[in-house]
Parts: sequence; C-alpha cells; structure tokens
Amino acid sequence: MLKEFGKGLGTILRALFFEKKVTIQYPEQTRPVAPRYRGRHVLHRYDNGLEKCIGCSLCAAACPSDAIFVEASENTDEKRFSPGERYASTYEINMLRCIYCGFCEDACPTEAITLEHQYELSFTDRRDAIYTKERLIEAAPQGMSATPQVTEPGKFTRSVPEMRDPQD
Amino acid sequence: MAKLINLTINGTPVTVPAGTLVVDAAKKIGIDIPVFCYHPKMEPVGMCRQCLVEIGRPMVDRATGQPVLNEDGSPKLQFMPKLETACTNPVSEGMAVFTETAKAKSGQKEILELLLTSHPLDCPVCDKGGECPLQNLTMEHAADESRFIFDEKHRAEKHVPLGDLIFLDRERCIQCARCIRFQDIIAGEPVLGFYQRGRNTDIVTYGEPGFDSIFSGNTSDICPVGALTTADFRFGARPWELKQAASVCSQCPVGCNVTFNVRREAKAGGGYVIKRVMPRQNEQVNEIWMCDKGRFAGYQYTEAESRLMATPAGLDAAVGQAVAKLVESQSETVFLASGRLANEDLFTLKQLAAALHAKTYLYTQHGGGEFTTAYGLTSGADLGALGKGDTVLVAASDLYNEAPLWHLRLKAAAQRGATLIVAAARATKLDEFASFVVRYAYGDEVATIQALPAKDKIGEAIKNANNLMIFYGSDGLGLAGTTALAQSCAELFSISPVSQLTGSPVSQSASFPVEQLTGKPEDRTTEQPEDRTTEQPENRTTRKSNTGLIGVWSTPNQQGALEMGFRPAENLAAELAGKTVYVIAADPAGDDPALAEALKAAKTVIAQDILTTKTVKLADVVLPAAAFTEREGTYTNGERRVQRFYPAVPTRPGTKADFALLAEVAKGCGIALEGRSPLLVMNRLSTAEPAFSGVSYETLSQPAEQWPLIGRSDLYYGGTSYENKLGLGVTLALQPKADRQSSTVSGLRPKENEFLAVPVTKLYDLGATVAPAKLLSAHIERSAVAALHPVTVEKLGLGAGDQLSVEINGAQFTFRAALDASISTGVVLIPRSMGLAISAPALVKLHAAEKA
Repeated sequence: MLKEFGKGLGTILRALFFEKKVTIQYPEQTRPVAPRYRGRHVLHRYDNGLEKCIGCSLCAAACPSDAIFVEASENTDEKRFSPGERYASTYEINMLRCIYCGFCEDACPTEAITLEHQYELSFTDRRDAIYTKERLIEAAPQGMSATPQVTEPGKFTRSVPEMRDPQD
Repeated sequence: MAKLINLTINGTPVTVPAGTLVVDAAKKIGIDIPVFCYHPKMEPVGMCRQCLVEIGRPMVDRATGQPVLNEDGSPKLQFMPKLETACTNPVSEGMAVFTETAKAKSGQKEILELLLTSHPLDCPVCDKGGECPLQNLTMEHAADESRFIFDEKHRAEKHVPLGDLIFLDRERCIQCARCIRFQDIIAGEPVLGFYQRGRNTDIVTYGEPGFDSIFSGNTSDICPVGALTTADFRFGARPWELKQAASVCSQCPVGCNVTFNVRREAKAGGGYVIKRVMPRQNEQVNEIWMCDKGRFAGYQYTEAESRLMATPAGLDAAVGQAVAKLVESQSETVFLASGRLANEDLFTLKQLAAALHAKTYLYTQHGGGEFTTAYGLTSGADLGALGKGDTVLVAASDLYNEAPLWHLRLKAAAQRGATLIVAAARATKLDEFASFVVRYAYGDEVATIQALPAKDKIGEAIKNANNLMIFYGSDGLGLAGTTALAQSCAELFSISPVSQLTGSPVSQSASFPVEQLTGKPEDRTTEQPEDRTTEQPENRTTRKSNTGLIGVWSTPNQQGALEMGFRPAENLAAELAGKTVYVIAADPAGDDPALAEALKAAKTVIAQDILTTKTVKLADVVLPAAAFTEREGTYTNGERRVQRFYPAVPTRPGTKADFALLAEVAKGCGIALEGRSPLLVMNRLSTAEPAFSGVSYETLSQPAEQWPLIGRSDLYYGGTSYENKLGLGVTLALQPKADRQSSTVSGLRPKENEFLAVPVTKLYDLGATVAPAKLLSAHIERSAVAALHPVTVEKLGLGAGDQLSVEINGAQFTFRAALDASISTGVVLIPRSMGLAISAPALVKLHAAEKA
C-alpha cells in the first residue's frame, strides 16, 4: 500500500517541480490567441485615413443575431469620411447580442470590419455593451488626419475599391 | 369582348385576348420572361432585348392556305432564324413560345452580360440595391463571369442632379428609356431625353429648372436600376430594413394609395420614423403613380417643429377645460371641422354636436357638396375605364395643380378616345389634351356651363355621352361661386340622356362585388362600361357607373364630411361671434384675418389640431391631436371611395386621435361615444349613415388581384411597396337629391384702376401641410407669383418677376409678377395659401412694389 502511495506522491512532485505549468495568471498574464480568432470587431481605415466602411448595411443584413445597426449619410468633398458618396453616420454593434460568428466580415464589400483579438469585454450597464462607431474604429494612421477630411474634388468617386481579380 | 387567342408557352396552354403581348401572357401563367425596357403601363419599344425567346408559329401552306402538319398530325411550327423579343410580339393563334430552351437562355444571358459590361459595382451603396430588377435578373439569368475586358469599363459621372428632387447616376443607366417614355407618354411632360449615342448615351433634362415635372418621383420607381434616385431617400435606408405601412395620401381629394416605409433610427432615439413614401397599386385610384407633392410633402408636416404635444396629464387637463367650456355653453357651441379629419372623427363630432344641440360647420371655401353627394360617382366607377363615347367636363379647375393624379388619368382617358371638355378662365395644362376648350371671363362660370348644351359639338358630346363625368373646381371662385357652379354642372345631367337612366338613390350598391371593380386591361379597351348596367338586375340602379359629379376639393376627406351632412356656413364670421367655437383640424385665423377677428370676438375658442396654427395660438383650450400617420382611419376621396389608412409610426406622447379626443370630451359632458377604436366607430357609422351602409373595416381592407401584376417576387417593375395587400376601398351609395335653390352669383366687374383678384390653387403652396417639406421650398418659392396679362404688367411698368404689391381690403402683400396671356387684362391671379388671404374673388388695387 505504501508503494502505491509513494508512486502517487512521486507523480505530484514531478508535476510540481519538473513539468511545464498549464495554469497562467490571468489577467496579469494573457495567452496569445489563434491568428483567426474572432474577438471584438474593429472598423478599419485606408492608409490615407479615410474610413473603409461605406455604410452599406450588408453586415447588418448578414448578422444572424441582429446585433449591428447602420445608418448612412452622404459624403461631400468638404466633409469626407469614406471614399465614394456614402458613409456610415451611425454604426453600432450590440456586443451582448453578437455571437462572434464573423458573417459581417464575410459580407463586407470593402473589408472594413474584421473580428480582432480582443476578447476582454465587460460592461456595468447594458447600454455600454452597444459599441458605437467611435469605439469601434481604429485610430488614423501616423501622420494622417482622422475623418471627416477635406479632399480634392473628383478624387474619391468610388465607394468600393476596384477589384480586378478578387481572390476570396 | 376581344377575340381570345390560344397559344402555348413552354408547353402550357394559355388563352388570352388578342393584342396581349407574349410577355404578359407568360406572366399570367406565372412564367417570368426577364424584361428591362418593357413596362406594362407603357407601349413596348424593344430597346433592351432582354426578353429574347423562341417563338414558333404554325406553318401555313401558301398554295392551299391550309396549315402544314407534322407526321403525327400536330401543326408544324415555323421559327424565325433568330430569337424574338417577347415584349413586342402580340400573341397569335397556335403560337408556341419557348422561354427556357438553351437558345433562349443563352440569348438572355448574353444580353445581361452586355448590360453588365459597364454597370458599376455599386450595389452596396445604391439606393435601389435590394429592390433592383437588374440585381434580381442578374442573380436569376446572368453568367458567372464576364468575357469583356475589365479595362474597357465605361466610366461616367455618378452624381448628376437632374432637378432638385431626382439624382442621376450616369454609370448605372442601362438606357431602357422607361423614364423618358413615362415623361413623354404618361405624364405628358417631355422634359427628359437621350443625348449622344452608343455607349455615351446619357439621360439629360432640358428646360429650366431641371426636370420640371410634378410626376418626377415616379421615374425613380420605374427605373429598373439605381440610375434615378430621389433626393429625400438618398442613402436613407436599405429596402430590406424597411417596414411597410399602407396609407392614403392626405394632400388632395384623389386619395392616392401610398405605402409609408418606416424603420427605427438611432437619430430618432430608437423610435420609428418614416423614410419614404411610395405609391401603392390601386388601379381605380392612382394606378401605380403619385405626384411629387404626395411623395415629398406627404408626411413631413406631421414631423414639423410646430407639432402640438403635451404630457398625458396636460392632455387630461386640457380635455377637462374643454369639457367645462362645453358644459357651460351647450347649444351655444359652434363646431368647425375641415375635410382633413377622417370619417370616424367627423362622425364622432356629428354625434357630439347633435347631443349638445350645437351647430356644426364644414370649414371650406369650396361649396356644392349637396350636389356631389347626390350626383357623385357610384360603385364601379373607374377613371381608367373612360374611353370612346364618354364625355368628361372639367369646369373651373386646374387639375394639374389641384389634383395631379386626376389630371394624369383624364389625360389618359382623352388619349383613349374620351371627349374631354375643359372649361376654364385661363390656360391649364389639360387644355393640350382636351377635345374642346371653352374659355370664359372670371365671373361667367355659371353662364358658361349653362350655355354648353346649346353649343353644337360640345352640346352633342354632353347629350350623347355614354358616361358623363364632371369635375368642378374652385379656380377663381369662392364659396358662393362654387356652389352655383356645382348646381349648373348638376343640371347638365338632366340634359344628357345619361341622367334619364338615373334611378332612385342606391341603397345596396355599397357592397358591389370587388371582382367587378378590377378591370383587366383587355376589358378596358374593348368593353364599354355601359355593358355593366344592362347586366344589372332591375332593382339596382340603372345609373351608369362612370357618370357623376366630382368636386375637386382642397382636403382629403371633404367628400366624407359632406356625405355625413356637414355643410359650410355662408357667413362664417357672423356665426362665430359670442359663441364657444370648437375648431378641429382647421386654421380659420391663419387663412383670413377677418375670421381671426371673428374668433377673437367668440366667447371661447377650443382648438384641436396637430400643428401650432394661428387659431391654436389664440385658442383658450388646445387639444393636441395625432396625425394620420399615427393612427387608423378612413378617408372618402372625391370619387366617393372610402379608403382605409393604417398607423405607420407610434402616436406622439400627449396626443390622441381626433375621434378619441372628441369621445373623451363627450364623456366629460355625459355623452357616451365610441372612443376606443376607429373600427368600432366605423361600425356605428355604417349603421347610422345610409350612404356608408355596408362599409366596414373588413370590406375596406379586401385586396383583389390587379392587372398589371406588379412588385411581386420577380420585381421586374421595381419597388417593394407597390403590392396592395390592405384593400382597395369601397365606393359609397348615393344620397337623395337636395332641393335645388336658385342662387345667383353676380360676377364682380373691376372699375377703373381696379383689378379683379381671383384665388387660384397652386400645387406647392405655403399651406400647413406643404410648407414643412424642406425639399420643396424652391418649388413653393417658384409658385408664389401673381399672374397678370402681359399687357397689364407692362402698363403697371413692371416686367415678369418684378415685385408687385397687391392691396386688398387695406392689407398689402407683395408677389412676384408672372405673365399669363390667357387671362383678361383686368384680372390678377392670387395663389391661395401664399400669405395673402383671399377666399373669393375680390377687387384689389395693384402697383409696383417699392424697391427696398
């Protein structure tokens, strides 16, 4: 009986001192997520600082849990948010409703929305769970001004970038 | 009845009247042949070539004239060497159409491939995306890949304002010419055209201002791509996000069936807002069209900043005050209501007034209602069935401005062969399509109408008409003038043999079967409506259904008020003095300073309205009402058709529907009235009022299949809002004839240095229901002119567009002067609801306005 006891203790001691520890000290330590992990959404910008989102509402149409709400408005060259005529004046995602399926990414014609790696979402109020455009959009690239921008007339006439041979 | 033709489409036998096009015959049996340029409301042109099919016709031996048979005895078919367009080929006996063969399919596929060579990839940002025929047909018929070279894609301007209401995207246009043909053929305002050729073909508008048409919104509805979009809905929402609310337009007595598209918006704090107005198919009323006033000003006034609102407690307090005033005054109360109220409101009001023994008056400057209730249209009436042999008289009405859809439909009737007589004191847009134009001087309206039967050809057209339909308006007339005019118009029915057929007032025809109301196009062209009368049993009226007198009112439901016995007061100001006046949905103080004085002289004024009007401002008690977009109800249009509207958006806080407010007030006075639901009010109304017998919310909301089939899943004909699922309405029974009074109206004649000012109606004015539409402000501005004869303008030392000062009863007002060579030199046309109070013809002084 003592033999079995010692064997068991040995396993414990081996695990304690020689094996790599599985437990990590979250939240002090975090573990990297998989490259295609679907965390909180981010709205992207082009290199010139304009928003990729054109307010087409296709993400909202694709959303199985009706978590996305979009309202569109019209761009002008004096007050331009995105290329083309249309931009999202309201863009909201209810993170309590979202099931992180990524259909919105698939539906987006301009690759404006992607699910990124942030998964630490907590709210003290249900209303805080509604992420507005300001909270979702990434910062303007270094040296580029945020939207709205004043742009030269006739330069940004197309909402959807030309895709000669789309791969996916 | 037209000859019937038998043919087969994809092997399915189908029988249709001669003259039907192959594409329509296929549609009848549920086979969709893709089309772009073809529209069932317009003649085919075969421009887009999308409807390519194989058509085989039975071969005939030329020598013997006998059909050639196959070995098995079936007729041998002869095919053209190439595919044929289904939209330009009428059916013929024994025809065999194949829409699904490999040859036909590849033809359709290649046309789409060609159309898509230069169509931009705009669907995500296009307002049409989601209800776009090109999208649908591409999904259904197109190839997956294009063989054309990407770099040769045509680029064009994307944001071209055609007018201030319609935007053109040149890249998206597929040159189907539906818009051009609509403007040329249906609207009769040819302001669009093609410019350049080949790939560079562009839609352009000529004339100044651009796209100068009051039907321009319809072009965006029928555009099969997103080339034409409306300014109000630009990027407003995606079509699939919108909910549909069936309603009836409240701008004029036509009562166009409309759909309000609503969605919830963050901008509105999460509440429902109306995003756009679309026509709803009702072939007897507005077909699938509507005017720009209904589209761009249809609901905006219900969202105006001047909307009355209260807290629920405040509303209760106001009701309490109103009750106290009414209990005190009892029969010393005068109720003043307008035709903006729904039937249910008017009925509740009538009951309340009857219980208080108080007087009620209809607030209008347009009289003659006692004649339209007795001589109006009856069940089965349809302006779309007017044709050869029928006569339409338009008296003292500029329908283009007063009721645009009637203008549109009478124009079409004239083109189908109806005799259109326009009697007006000035040139109107309808003159162009009229068989006879009778011009008279303002003031001679009654004499002119009375003299019509004595005229050679016109008299004959009236006497020998199969159906005689008379529209009378208020162009240059006040209350007395219109009443006299209505009487003289009604007398024409006794001259025409049509009225000799007129039987006793109808008692039962309100429940006329709906099927008989829906005219298929083939019935329309071939079958005259009088056939119906011969088939009717004897106990029914023998009156022809398309015979009647129609008042071109200024409010949507004046006819309903008249049917319930509301009548205008001859001298309203005198009736109000010292009384407790309860004004509902009317603004006498804003319309006429004299009435404002009269209201100030009244003991108490209780105002119930949706907007803060001048009457509301001087009222002692104000009751905020709910707008028609926020409640249920019914309107009776000028053709005496009761139509139901449904709530589109929630009621604003502290407001209630007019009938509910009235019932609450009545409750306070100890009178029990129905205030819970308009349905229950209608049930009571239909038992109490003989004209409304048989009308219920159930009968009103019965849809029927209508031809052409429009707006279904295939969406050839664009739009997700056309389909009428919520009822075509019911036409009322006629009422007994009123005793005729002989009233004479002496025409005013201007003395020296004086001018005869006559009120005329403009489509776009500063009325409370139009002015809040911001998109139309430029149009309203253009309408704010006083028209004079060019000679007069010159005499006054003015030019067109110069400021003209009009002095009337001591009040001065400045208009821009406009030229109208069709009026006499002593007359000035003053637009109604443009700032200057003018309810009847008056003598005025004119002079050039001092330059500021």
